[in-house]
Amino acid sequence: MADRPLIDTNVYLFRWPFRRVTVDEPAALVRLLEEQGVVQAWAGSLEGVFDRDVSGVNQRLAAVCAAYPHLLAPMGSLNLALPDWQDDLRRCHELYGMRGVRLHPNYHGYTLDAPAVRALWEAAAQLSLVVQVVALLEDERTQAPACAVPHVALAPLLDHMRAVPQARVQVLNAQRALRPGEAEELAAAGVAFDLATVEGAGGVGSLVERIGPQRLLFGSFQPLFYFESARLKLRESSLGAWAEEQICVENARRLLAAA
Amino acid sequence: MIWDLHCHLAGLPGRTPEERMARLMELADRMGIERLCLYMGLEFVVRPTPEQLRRQNDEVLQALAHWHDRAYGFCYVSGEHVDASLEEIERCVAEGPMVGIKLWVARRCSDAALDSIVARATELGAVVFQHTWFKQDGTQLAGESTPLDLATLAVRHPQAILVCGHTGGLWELGIRAVRAHPNIYVDLAGSDPTRGMVEMAVRELGAQRVLYGSDAPGRSFASQLGKVLAAEITAQQRQLILGANLRRLLGPILRAKGREA
Repeated sequence: MADRPLIDTNVYLFRWPFRRVTVDEPAALVRLLEEQGVVQAWAGSLEGVFDRDVSGVNQRLAAVCAAYPHLLAPMGSLNLALPDWQDDLRRCHELYGMRGVRLHPNYHGYTLDAPAVRALWEAAAQLSLVVQVVALLEDERTQAPACAVPHVALAPLLDHMRAVPQARVQVLNAQRALRPGEAEELAAAGVAFDLATVEGAGGVGSLVERIGPQRLLFGSFQPLFYFESARLKLRESSLGAWAEEQICVENARRLLAAA
Repeated sequence: MIWDLHCHLAGLPGRTPEERMARLMELADRMGIERLCLYMGLEFVVRPTPEQLRRQNDEVLQALAHWHDRAYGFCYVSGEHVDASLEEIERCVAEGPMVGIKLWVARRCSDAALDSIVARATELGAVVFQHTWFKQDGTQLAGESTPLDLATLAVRHPQAILVCGHTGGLWELGIRAVRAHPNIYVDLAGSDPTRGMVEMAVRELGAQRVLYGSDAPGRSFASQLGKVLAAEITAQQRQLILGANLRRLLGPILRAKGREA
């Protein structure tokens, strides 16, 4: 049940091909998010993970989000391995008024040291767009054999952030992809994270101790994870009202406002 | 009523078992967890020697010392050291306060070498917890059981109370692997809070065979509890999973020890 407003920065629309879940229809998902007190959901497209017709993917994402403008903020899909991804970026910005884009480098077959990534950093900064990098969609140990991908190596982000310090970047589902000490380095360089895959007893609290409360944003990884798993982490870590407010709302507002 | 089947000391801050246990209980209290089960010592030891088994169990006994009203110990045993494991079961379960045994990754549980361990635990009414995983990324350890190994064991020990740790990790497979064996219960702990896990377990096994556990401190109490609290099941099924099932399973051995369940 809702006990505070939330901006959920890690939401997807449409279906995951390997598992059918009850809230993967937009209306059901919107109902769930509203019941949980989510006031804004940054929504990417699961179609964008697999479908190479990215312009079609973004068209459908924009259309659904337009039906729920009070709640859904679309985060366009980009596949930097495709020719002319720059035009997809342009359409996200100009045609659909999107405030950010979401990347799935491991599913699209490139790494973060690819030249296109730096080019995106520069272009997105110029257009004031948030870039969300998804480190992992499923634990490597449980992936379908026909579609096994490693997590995204995040180390190249440091150079990109140093080169384009005005970039607004969030890594989603980062936990299993982070080397020891890497969260601290990336946070110091300006990268934000979400809490959907943060684990360990009191794990959110210990992450906040390491990176500070202003680099962590609420994210529930809907519809693939149970929503309460994210919400309850705040209670488990007992962060105090100010830090919770930053994580639940203010950090996301700041990231978008800056964008 | 929330009873957590699956907790550890390794990974918590603190130099002693007492310090770590105090931290674990502080976090459990925040989440409304009334009782919990604890196994293995201050460090994880994948293939323990007999001496290490004894030390690990001593650390759990030490951690439990001030928490007997809220925490239950499981005795760490190994299929690689059957005689030493039987001695530990006598010391910690038959003559001590522990209520179950924990088998990890030293030897697959389908191996007949484990029969005397499981038979003795069953005589005592102790719960047999077996870690299981179906790993798809090539990291399966040689001695790491899958739910299929546990199903093999269940055929040989139909009276044993067997718990399929992590529901095999890849739960769609794990649930199927143990479905036909009514003496196997599934532990929800220690995997991502993937929507649909609890619903499938309840649909295929019945809520009576599903147990809440966290695998804290490696996992968050919150992320694992969220699986059960958010699952689309009835309130009665939720109560069974959160604590009533575990209470029912531990009831006989607790009463035999003169303790309240």
